[in-house]
Amino acid sequence: MIKSATPIVEIRHLSKTYIRGDYKIPVLEDITFDVMAGEFLALMGPSGSGKSTLLNLIAGIDHADSGQIIIGGDHITSFSETQLSLWRANHVGFIFQFYNLIPVLTALENVELPLHLTDLSRKERREHAAIALSLVNLKNRMDHYPGQLSGGEQQRVAIARAVVTDPTILVADEPTGDLDLASAEDILSLMEQLNLQSGMTIIMVTHDPRAAEKAKVLRHLEKGVLSHAHFQNPY
Amino acid sequence: MMVPFSYSFRNLWTRRLTTILTIFGMALVVCVFASILMLAEGLQKTLVQTGSDDNVIVIRKGSGTEVQSGVERQQASIIETMPEIAIGMDGKKRVAKEIVVLISIPKRKTGKPSNVVIRGIQGPSISLRPQVKLIAGRLPRTGLSEVMVGLSLTDKFKGIELNQKICCGLRNWMIVGIFDAGNTGFNSEIWGDVDQLMQAFRRPVYSSVIFQLSNPSMFQEVKLRIANDPRLSLEAKRETQYYLEQSEMMAKFLRILGLSLTIIFSIGATIGAMITMYAAVANRTAEIGTLRALGFQRKAVLVSFLTESLLLGFLGGCTGLFFASFMQFFTVSTVNFQTFSELAFRFNLTVKTVYSAFIFSILMGFIGGIIPAIQASRMTIVDALRAV
Ligand SMILES: Nc1ncnc2c1ncn2[C@@H]1O[C@H](COP(=O)(O)OP(=O)(O)O)[C@@H](O)[C@H]1O
Ligand SMILES: [Mg+2]
Repeated sequence: MIKSATPIVEIRHLSKTYIRGDYKIPVLEDITFDVMAGEFLALMGPSGSGKSTLLNLIAGIDHADSGQIIIGGDHITSFSETQLSLWRANHVGFIFQFYNLIPVLTALENVELPLHLTDLSRKERREHAAIALSLVNLKNRMDHYPGQLSGGEQQRVAIARAVVTDPTILVADEPTGDLDLASAEDILSLMEQLNLQSGMTIIMVTHDPRAAEKAKVLRHLEKGVLSHAHFQNPY
Repeated sequence: MMVPFSYSFRNLWTRRLTTILTIFGMALVVCVFASILMLAEGLQKTLVQTGSDDNVIVIRKGSGTEVQSGVERQQASIIETMPEIAIGMDGKKRVAKEIVVLISIPKRKTGKPSNVVIRGIQGPSISLRPQVKLIAGRLPRTGLSEVMVGLSLTDKFKGIELNQKICCGLRNWMIVGIFDAGNTGFNSEIWGDVDQLMQAFRRPVYSSVIFQLSNPSMFQEVKLRIANDPRLSLEAKRETQYYLEQSEMMAKFLRILGLSLTIIFSIGATIGAMITMYAAVANRTAEIGTLRALGFQRKAVLVSFLTESLLLGFLGGCTGLFFASFMQFFTVSTVNFQTFSELAFRFNLTVKTVYSAFIFSILMGFIGGIIPAIQASRMTIVDALRAV
């Protein structure tokens, strides 16, 4: 596949150290790797190994100490904060462990929320959001508030919100971490489907081996160092 | 690109109880603020309505009020001969020389004495004040110790009733009539024959001369002539202007009182709003992180939270004004500082008061909300997202 041979995310000599009081905690040390377009990457590793930190840097919500991140040709490590916000709105879809839906907005309004940052009309926003919700099989629940939905349903709404802007990459931090087995399975096959059918590039942090099974590529992060890619699920 | 308005509004709705309590605190302050402004407006309106635009009042230069003024008989005669004075249906000039004296009468409720204006009038005095209408008894006759009293005095002062006598200036005066002067200062006055009053109070001079211009546009000319006449140390004012000036000190006092009171109260209400908004920011930290991650800028978050507290202020303003508007049904009576006499008037709600009250309440919302909103916008995304 030609498409998967093109790197969409290029990470070069990325380092990040947290300073807590007097001592420094090096979290990421000189990380370099690529994520190909259409790849479904699972980042694994023990708790505290820096998975979330790495994902946050790729998603453009945290700042590296040194190194570069180039996504779809954009050098996001040299972006200003405002540029980063705009870039995220157009290029990143987020899936969080605790769904992070806005409780006072309905499912449809939650999915519509990122579209407020585009110049779509009100009607177009509604339409796009409704399509995204039907993609996750929740069209009949669009007027429900997050509190009226189960954890699995909330995460499906969150996935709809993440893909509604048709982002360049989808980042997911422990997307099944708060779900029961059946719901987790549901969410994972949804992500797999997005990757296979729509060619969505997905970077997922997890420590659940069952979740990692669905990914095409596995990488382990340990003590700030990333392992080589381990390919699975031949494609 | 802003966070949708419904987000701010629904969050207020979701925490209804806190919202209502916060709004109520603000409403109380707005109610006090608006009421005092209404009081000042009411006072001013009453005094301004006392005057008519085509009437001219002449008093001693620099005296400010009729109470402090003195117009000598000779000077009064010069004024009377001015050709610009209108002629009435009866062929007589529409001019009156009047005297104003303060007397002390005990109040009905407390028994404490309070000052009342007693005005010596002449024939044309009544027709010069079309607001004054006799509603009971008859007019006082010239040459007799008779008076008529303003309607608002009757229920506020002891012994001010038809066919009763009041004692002042070493004489007993028979109350032969009651007049209604509507919402004006005259409604709190006692009127009697000018010559009788001058004798009784041993006053050799008048307080003022009132006349109507045959053509109101001649006022400037008349005013200049009086000011420049070396025989007269007098000044002429339009009656409306005269009464407006009378109300200025009192209205100003009320406004300053209102402002100082409400500034003190508003500190409490503003802190209330601030606590509410700080709690909102703390409860929704993860939400703030999410909004920012989705691509909303810091200023969008700031505006969203500020909108919430401005809405609180706006709703507080509405509620406060709603309650304050009921004050319009009350009449109050107080001493006018400028004349030291009792004056009855109503709370008056004007558009200006509505504006001021809204600006005030929205300002409370702004001050209460700005610091929490800045705090919300300053969070780093990663830290905010951790607060699940
Ligand atoms: N804001 C922070 N301040 C200080 N230390 C942090 C901060 N965020 C993360 N860390 C530390 O960085 C390390 C990696 O964290 P994280 O990326 O969340 O790990 P993982 O997601 O793999 O569990 C941990 O030791 C964590 O304590
Ligand atoms: Mg983590």
